[in-house]
Amino acid sequence: MLDKTVESVEDAVADVRDGATVMISGFGRAGQPVELIDALIAQGATHLTIVNNNAGNGDVGLAALLAAGRVRRIICSFPRQHDSWVFDDLYRGGRIELELVPQGTLAERIRAAGAGIGAFFSPTGVGTALAEGREHRELNGRMHVIEYPIHADLALIAALAADRWGNLVFRETARNFGPIMATAARVTIAQADAVVPLGSLDPESIVTPGIFVNRVVEVGERAWLRDGAFIGGVDVDGVPVETEGTQS
Amino acid sequence: MTAGIDRRELAARIAGSIPEGSYVNLGIGAPTLVADYLPRDADVILHTENGLLGMGGAPSADLVDPDLINAGKQPVTAVPGASYFHHADSFAMMRGGHLDVCVLGAYQVSERGDLANWSTGAPGAIPAVGGAMDLALGAKEVIVMTDLLTKEGEPKLVADCTYPLTGVACVSRVFTGHAEFRVLEGRFAVVETYGEATVEWLANTLGLTLIDATKEHAS
Repeated sequence: MLDKTVESVEDAVADVRDGATVMISGFGRAGQPVELIDALIAQGATHLTIVNNNAGNGDVGLAALLAAGRVRRIICSFPRQHDSWVFDDLYRGGRIELELVPQGTLAERIRAAGAGIGAFFSPTGVGTALAEGREHRELNGRMHVIEYPIHADLALIAALAADRWGNLVFRETARNFGPIMATAARVTIAQADAVVPLGSLDPESIVTPGIFVNRVVEVGERAWLRDGAFIGGVDVDGVPVETEGTQS
Repeated sequence: MTAGIDRRELAARIAGSIPEGSYVNLGIGAPTLVADYLPRDADVILHTENGLLGMGGAPSADLVDPDLINAGKQPVTAVPGASYFHHADSFAMMRGGHLDVCVLGAYQVSERGDLANWSTGAPGAIPAVGGAMDLALGAKEVIVMTDLLTKEGEPKLVADCTYPLTGVACVSRVFTGHAEFRVLEGRFAVVETYGEATVEWLANTLGLTLIDATKEHAS
C-alpha cells in the first residue's frame, strides 16, 4: 500500500541535512508552511539555502528560521517588506547572502527544474542590472537572457487537503508557489489542513498530482476555517481578532 | 506650480481609457486606485500576480481572509468568475503577452519608453524587485501612472533614466497629474493636458522637446 502520510511534522523533516537547498512555499504569509518550518528549526539543520518569494515576515515561519541563524543564502524576488526586519538586520550585517531574481523568472526557473529543462531564454530583465554578465540571444527579433533552473533537495509546501498518495488541493492565493516547488525538489513534503481518504478528492480538481509529493502530514485546520468553510475572525496575518462575542 | 488634477481624478481618467473585456494588472501603490473607477458592470478583469484573475475590492473587517490577498499582501475578494492559479501560470499570463494592460508607478520614464521603478540605486538599500521587471514587459500596453515631478521638483519624464532600469522601451503611455503622454518614436507626445498645464509649460518644465498631439486627440 502506498502511504505517504507521516505522523508528525518532526518525523517529516527528520532527515534534512546541513547545507541543503530548501524551497519554501508562500507569498508573504499566505501558503507558508509554518508548522513544517517550526519543525525544521527544532530539527537543527543549518547552512541552508532557502528559495522563497520573500525573506520572512514578522517573527514567525521563515523569519524565525532566519533569526535562528540557519540560513546561509536566500534566493528570492522581494526581501524588503514592512515586516522583514529579521532579514534586513542579517543582510545589513553581512550574515546572509542574497540572490535577487525577478518574481516571474523565479517561478519559471522553479518550473523548469521540475520539468527537466536545462536552461531557457527569457526577455525579463534584459537591459537591467539583473541580467548583466549573462549570455544573451536575440530570438524572434527580441533580446533574451539565459536563465537556469533552480533545483532543491527539499520543498516544504502548504496545501489545504491531501490524500495518502500525495494528491493536493490548495486554497485561494495560498496556492502561489506550492505546485511548482513540489515538482522541483528531490523530496517534497506537504503539510495539509487535513489528510482525507483516498478517492475523496475530485480527480478533476486535484492541482498537484501525488507523483510530485513524497510525504504528507496533517497539521489541523487553519484558524479561519471550520470544516472547510470560511468563518473569518482573523486579521490578514491570520491572528484572531477580538470581536464583541469573545470579550469577557 | 501650475495646477493639475489630483490622484483620484487621474485614476478615473486611466480607468476610463481601459476598454471593456480587458485583462488588467494594477501595480502596487497609486495604480491600485484605478480599480475604484472601473465601471462595476464593465467586465474589466483584474489580475494579481500572486495567483488570481477576477480580483474584487477589499473585504469588510470580519471577512478578511489571509489566503486571499493581492500582490501588496492586502486582503481582497474574488468576483464571480474568478480563478486561482500557481505562480508559473500567473507570470506566463504576463510574459506570454496575454494581459492587455498593466498600470505601474515609476521613478523615471525615458523618451524611448525605458522604465525605472524598482530601485533608486541608493547605497546600502536592500534590493527588492518582485514582479516589477515581469510587469514592465508583460502586457500588450504598459501604462505609467506618476507625478510629473519628484517631491524635489526633478522631472520624472527624462531623456535617459538615471535610476536602475526595470525594462527597456516598454512603456507606451504615461499619465501624470498634468498631462497624458504617449511614447512615440523616441519622443513624448502630449495627448491631453490637464488643469492649467499647456504643452509649452510641460516642455519647459521637463526640458524636453515634446510632440503636440493634443489637436489629434481633440478632433
